[in-house]
Amino acid sequence: MQLFLQQVLAGLANGAIYAGMALALVMIFLAIDHLNFAQGEMATFSTFIAWQLLAWGCPYWITFVLVVAISFVGGIAIERVLFKPLHNADILANLVAFIALFSILNSADGYIWDYTIKTFPTPFGSKPLFGSVLIDAHEAGMLVVTAVLLGLLYLFFSGTRLGLAMRAAAHNPVSARLVGIRVGWMTALGWGIAAAIGAVSGMLIAPVVFLDPNMMFGVLLYGFAGAVLGGMTSPGGAVLGGFAVGVIENMAGTFVPYVGRDLKLTIALLVIVAVLMVRPAGIFGRTTVSRV
Amino acid sequence: MTTPQQETVALGVAAPAARQAMRLQTRHWVLAGAIAVALVLPFVFQGFVVFQLTEVLIYGLAILGLNLMTGFNGQFSVGHGAFFGVGAYVTAIMMQRWNVPYYWTLPPAGIVCFVVGILFGLPALRLRGLYLALVTFAAAVALPQLLKFHGLEGWTGGVQGIVVNQPDVPAFLPIIDADQWLYLFTLAITLLMFWGASNLTGSRTGRAIMAIRDHEIAAAAMGINAPLYKTLTFGVSALYTGVAGALSALAVQFVAPDSFSLFVSINFLVGLILGGMGSLPGCLFGGLFVLYVPNIAESLSRGLAGVAYGVIMLLVIFVMPSGAAGFARYVGGLLARHREVELPAHRATPNAVARPAQRVEHQRAESAEND
Repeated sequence: MQLFLQQVLAGLANGAIYAGMALALVMIFLAIDHLNFAQGEMATFSTFIAWQLLAWGCPYWITFVLVVAISFVGGIAIERVLFKPLHNADILANLVAFIALFSILNSADGYIWDYTIKTFPTPFGSKPLFGSVLIDAHEAGMLVVTAVLLGLLYLFFSGTRLGLAMRAAAHNPVSARLVGIRVGWMTALGWGIAAAIGAVSGMLIAPVVFLDPNMMFGVLLYGFAGAVLGGMTSPGGAVLGGFAVGVIENMAGTFVPYVGRDLKLTIALLVIVAVLMVRPAGIFGRTTVSRV
Repeated sequence: MTTPQQETVALGVAAPAARQAMRLQTRHWVLAGAIAVALVLPFVFQGFVVFQLTEVLIYGLAILGLNLMTGFNGQFSVGHGAFFGVGAYVTAIMMQRWNVPYYWTLPPAGIVCFVVGILFGLPALRLRGLYLALVTFAAAVALPQLLKFHGLEGWTGGVQGIVVNQPDVPAFLPIIDADQWLYLFTLAITLLMFWGASNLTGSRTGRAIMAIRDHEIAAAAMGINAPLYKTLTFGVSALYTGVAGALSALAVQFVAPDSFSLFVSINFLVGLILGGMGSLPGCLFGGLFVLYVPNIAESLSRGLAGVAYGVIMLLVIFVMPSGAAGFARYVGGLLARHREVELPAHRATPNAVARPAQRVEHQRAESAEND
């Protein structure tokens, strides 16, 4: 029982990382209707900026706020420069643009900050929490920040005029434009928010996985799996999906005999595919109905 | 005696047929010329360049496999690198463990991939868009792990991989070296499979496959068995990519789990989109791009190779948003309009030819968006 609890908690701690990434993916999916393949690289770039500021002696929380602001502006800039000209193009043309952005940011990280693995400080400390071995302070901090972020986003999207306008613009751009919503700017805003969320999750993950240009790639894969599992149209579902992926992966590694340790990722993916067989739009996803 | 009016009517009827025959003839000449050039190339260049050209053909073939599924059938895959890897491993295991001659390993590689493709195609029937992408993505992510799995090490060689012997030049062709022979062998297989794909897409079955892409419900209402065709297309697509993988095992002479990571699948996707969805020659352009542009990028700047590659990709997609094939159609349309100005008598015909093509293009873009 002790082992079981420990594995669940360790899975949840990993899951918090995936949940943050899944949330960022779903946010941008809701805002622009595309899956942002370069999301992880954008987050890594933000984290490198944070590392640089810290190295110059800037205090942690000031750095935190600065980097979130920089990322927000950077996300908007990327949308305005790269993706606005493509907004009428095929979905696949957009996909190539995402892959290109991925390649550019990844290579730029390596060029500016080189490929050596860097440590990144945590504001929460890394002492075991409540004297137990189950969870340490940084993992707990990560869970709390993810929960707060989700709460704020929920309030923003359900409680403010701007949030409503953004949802309308993503859901039905033509009608949204007709009622006076500036759809283009809503999309840009979606990019900015997603980049800011990415920056937060990057800074929270870096102390655990260490900082290098490829830091986020594995996380992005799990985050994508979590987002799809929860349903691409549901931010809350994405977070739950991210946690689920973390727990399933850890459980498979510990409790499935013989193949578990080597194939835990494969088993996790099989579970997800099996769930999708039953719920083709994810657990919490909305099935889109189209008129013929 | 014919009145002038009747004459123009006769011309109007005869002209499109004649023009079409001429265009077909031009197409045959272009094809023959391209094959002739392809046959001469390995004797003009040597060694490494011949190897690279072989790789271009292999990539082109793999992208063709992806194109059958994504471009013609509208099913999205980010995991074709998995089929590429399975094909490569079938060839490597048969040659090195069971001493099967290399040319006999290609059909089994294709068949194994066809079966695996069908197995993936069945769950794919319930899913679409990003959710379908996740299933194929799972295949791409899981394959390297499966290949490294210690229970299968006796076959796959684990992380070490398998070294594959280069095929010997057959005795009746003593004058060429092994690289040139492999190039010609690959060229023959590639031509055969492109011919097959061209016949498939031009047939009744091909039209059914494309009808499902354009509008699945309407296609089903017309009596097309959509699940059957979708699953079969998945299988055939995997078969094509698997054979390409088998050829790549022969060309690279080495297979290892990490050669078949997710990035292989992403490369195929980039090649497919930049070459042009639903275009057969576009696949080879995609192969050229995926093989040569990273090298060009690296020669521009070693440290910023990824930046250069990304910028080139962006430039290509901004200039040719529907790929090289779409760009070629666009230029062809411009030329036709230019000719129409020169020959005002035939004004009606080129327009009538050009417009439906544009409309199809437009619809394709739309249906891709709706998926």
